[in-house]
Amino acid sequence: MRPEDILVPTPSGVCCKPGGFHIDPTRPVDRALITHGHSDHARAGHGAVLATQETLDIMRLRYGENFAGSTQAVEYGQELKLDGARVSFHPAGHVLGSAQIRVECKGLRIVASGDYKDVADPTCLPFELVPCDVFITEATFGLPVFRHHDAGGEIAKLLRSVELFPERAHLVGAYTLGKAQRLIAMLRSAGHSKPIYMHGAVEATTRYYQKRGIDLGQVDLVRGANKADLAGHIIICPPGAMSDLWSRRFPDPVVCFASGWMRVRARARQRGVTLPLVISDHADWDGLTATIAATGASEVWVTHGQEDALVHWCQTNGLKAQPLDIVGYGDEEESDVTGGEAEA
Amino acid sequence: MNRFAELLDRLAYEPGRNAKLRLIADYLRSTPDPERGWALAALTGALTFKHAKAGIIRGLIAERTDPTLFALSYDYVGDLSETIALMWPAGTKQRMNSAPTLSEVVETLATLGKAQLPAQIARWLDGLDETGRWALLKLVTGGLRIGVSARLAKTAAASLGGKEADEVEILWPGLAPPYLDLFAWLEERAEKPSSRDPAPFHPPMLAHAAEEADLVTFDATEFMAEWKWDGIRVQAVAGRDENDDLIARLYSRTGEEISKSFPDLLQALRFPAAMDGELLIRREGRVESFNVLQQRLNRKSVTSKLLAEFPAHLRAYDLLAEGENDLRGHPFIERRARLEKLVGKLNDPRIDLSPLVPFETWEELTAARADPASGGAGADAHAVEGIMLKRRDAPYLPGRPKGPWWKWKRDPMLIDAVLMYAQRGHGKRSSYYSDYTFGVWSKGESGDELVPVGKAYFGFTDEELIQIDRFVRRNTIDRFGPVREVAHEPERGLVLEVAFEGLQRSSRHKSGIAMRFPRINRLRWDKPPAEADRLETLENMLERRERATV
Repeated sequence: MRPEDILVPTPSGVCCKPGGFHIDPTRPVDRALITHGHSDHARAGHGAVLATQETLDIMRLRYGENFAGSTQAVEYGQELKLDGARVSFHPAGHVLGSAQIRVECKGLRIVASGDYKDVADPTCLPFELVPCDVFITEATFGLPVFRHHDAGGEIAKLLRSVELFPERAHLVGAYTLGKAQRLIAMLRSAGHSKPIYMHGAVEATTRYYQKRGIDLGQVDLVRGANKADLAGHIIICPPGAMSDLWSRRFPDPVVCFASGWMRVRARARQRGVTLPLVISDHADWDGLTATIAATGASEVWVTHGQEDALVHWCQTNGLKAQPLDIVGYGDEEESDVTGGEAEA
Repeated sequence: MNRFAELLDRLAYEPGRNAKLRLIADYLRSTPDPERGWALAALTGALTFKHAKAGIIRGLIAERTDPTLFALSYDYVGDLSETIALMWPAGTKQRMNSAPTLSEVVETLATLGKAQLPAQIARWLDGLDETGRWALLKLVTGGLRIGVSARLAKTAAASLGGKEADEVEILWPGLAPPYLDLFAWLEERAEKPSSRDPAPFHPPMLAHAAEEADLVTFDATEFMAEWKWDGIRVQAVAGRDENDDLIARLYSRTGEEISKSFPDLLQALRFPAAMDGELLIRREGRVESFNVLQQRLNRKSVTSKLLAEFPAHLRAYDLLAEGENDLRGHPFIERRARLEKLVGKLNDPRIDLSPLVPFETWEELTAARADPASGGAGADAHAVEGIMLKRRDAPYLPGRPKGPWWKWKRDPMLIDAVLMYAQRGHGKRSSYYSDYTFGVWSKGESGDELVPVGKAYFGFTDEELIQIDRFVRRNTIDRFGPVREVAHEPERGLVLEVAFEGLQRSSRHKSGIAMRFPRINRLRWDKPPAEADRLETLENMLERRERATV
């Protein structure tokens, strides 16, 4: 049996014919398996949705009660039989509830990893290595220049800046699902105990994380706070809000942005960022290549991002590799602009 | 080195002057000697080792990375040092602990042979993180461009001891990296380093801007007037050292030594004295425009061709010291008399006296300002940018005291242009569209069209900024990253009255013309874009200028 007989890449996502389902489809389908709650992977309007409880909850938060015809929650590691295929979900370390999906059919095992990272994150379970024959990997940061280094060092940098500029507000752009909460949790474990403020667009997911037992300390809405009281504080907002009219309410803000893109200086300058923080929820180049090697896969399919470089790396390391052209992944970050005008 | 790298990284992104000062001061305060001294030397451009060529670091990365991956990466990042810094194969934790100090890097580079350079750089890169590697590569290739002037770095250092930058500036020529004596004094652990410099810098006296309305409140008999020259303000100082040799130096108005760039002028300073004056280019007895001076400035190497083509000239207007005598406490009229004598004694074609503008009433001075050619400036009139007014009895006071000196600039040139593109600013202005590209009408292939002629990002009030920002947001027709294209049609758009100081031809601009010092003078909400100026108007202004220069 060839891998293509189990999973077919189509422009709207990966389709499993023997199992009768799609993984992270970008168009409405009858049965969808969803890796995680980011809007480019988890869309509304499918017939039946199978995902972790957290991912289903997040979809409900974002799209409302009727986001799918029916839903089924799956535990990490629990094996299900869907028609001719066996599937299971395994932690991907990307955001709360994120999963890689293992699909097995007649002894051939494919892992669709969705988005993943192989470094510690206090807000979700660590990435689990699932040995496989074919590994489907993202390539958001699939260039050797993306080295995320130590996120803890970046948090320390932010806290030093807060200390040095106590009369200014530190406005930190962060994606509303996952990054925002991870930042808050990391600030807490670095000993920052002052209240942290958030933009309204960050509220729902943050409260949900807290409800799931993740300790984020005191997190308050910016709305209602006095301008002068925000000096010396950290405010978390969606990236688009940093350059929006909304940002004018803060005292002389230091514009920070927590993202893997901040590794490249031109990117940071283009966004007018004063304090770039290289903190990413995606694996960096070293993480991608180490993970691919560790899965033992002999074939690699590369989705959204910098496919060329990663395909080249696989091939020079003796692995069969091809890019998958799936339209619409990788847009969560660019479109994650709420509250104010959309401007990426 | 990692702390220094972090400082450079912060400075490279930080637009605010005060924030930069705070970052540098914080670094200097919390970093031990001699590390901070070498950092101060790096920031003030006082490091003198031979720089590594780009070829060396390109060779190092080629040995360590796949050529296809390097090409893809370089293409994406766009900067060689940055690409290499990021791609450099990661060190193990143990190697990370062997990060070199800045002192080690600077001291090693001072003595290292060319052949050992590549291997040494590679060892250092192995020990550093991404930011550290970036800073190291910028340092060794001499490309440390982070928007910090030597003056700013010295100001930050001075703040450690609550001192003014000028005080450090005066000591500076007598100091050497890593500045242990300077820091000891600033931290009150030692006496002030003595300035043994025979040709020290004197912090300059600056003028306030005057308007016509201010003048009537002054008594004309208490003032003397000079032309305000469109060159660069310099201080020419000469003095004898302990061996009785004459040491001559040229300083910019911020105290940076620029002697190396002007050897031709330096040799004319043959008597111990400190003169305040304007650096100009003078050919065949005439002063050239600032455009010509610019061709002499900022050149890396001063060739004999450059010296011959653009001879430097000092037009002196004040005398701060003569021999051992500090004259700054004396009234201007007395300093001026001594200056006249000194310039006569020097008798050098490269140094002359800035003439006084004779006047008895403000009306006479107003007329001279309006027409410098007939007011006494003659053939040099095109290099006049206004009038300087100085009280006869005023001593020379460093800084910008209010009252004794006034600058009364000529009226700027004005045009009405149409706002075409707006870009968000930085720092405090990062949520405002505050950088404006404007254009004037020109005949295109299909009728009249607007061609961009310049960019301006100041001149408006805070209230006007809010108005323009609102206009931009409501009239956006296209977006390119941080830039918005704004409606600019004959009947729809915003007309800006733009003031500027001069024009020059430029092949880099589509219009073929570049403006000097453009700023937004007024918002013309009343004027439809169709009535804005045409490119021909600018061309006529430029031609008139060029005719006057020939």
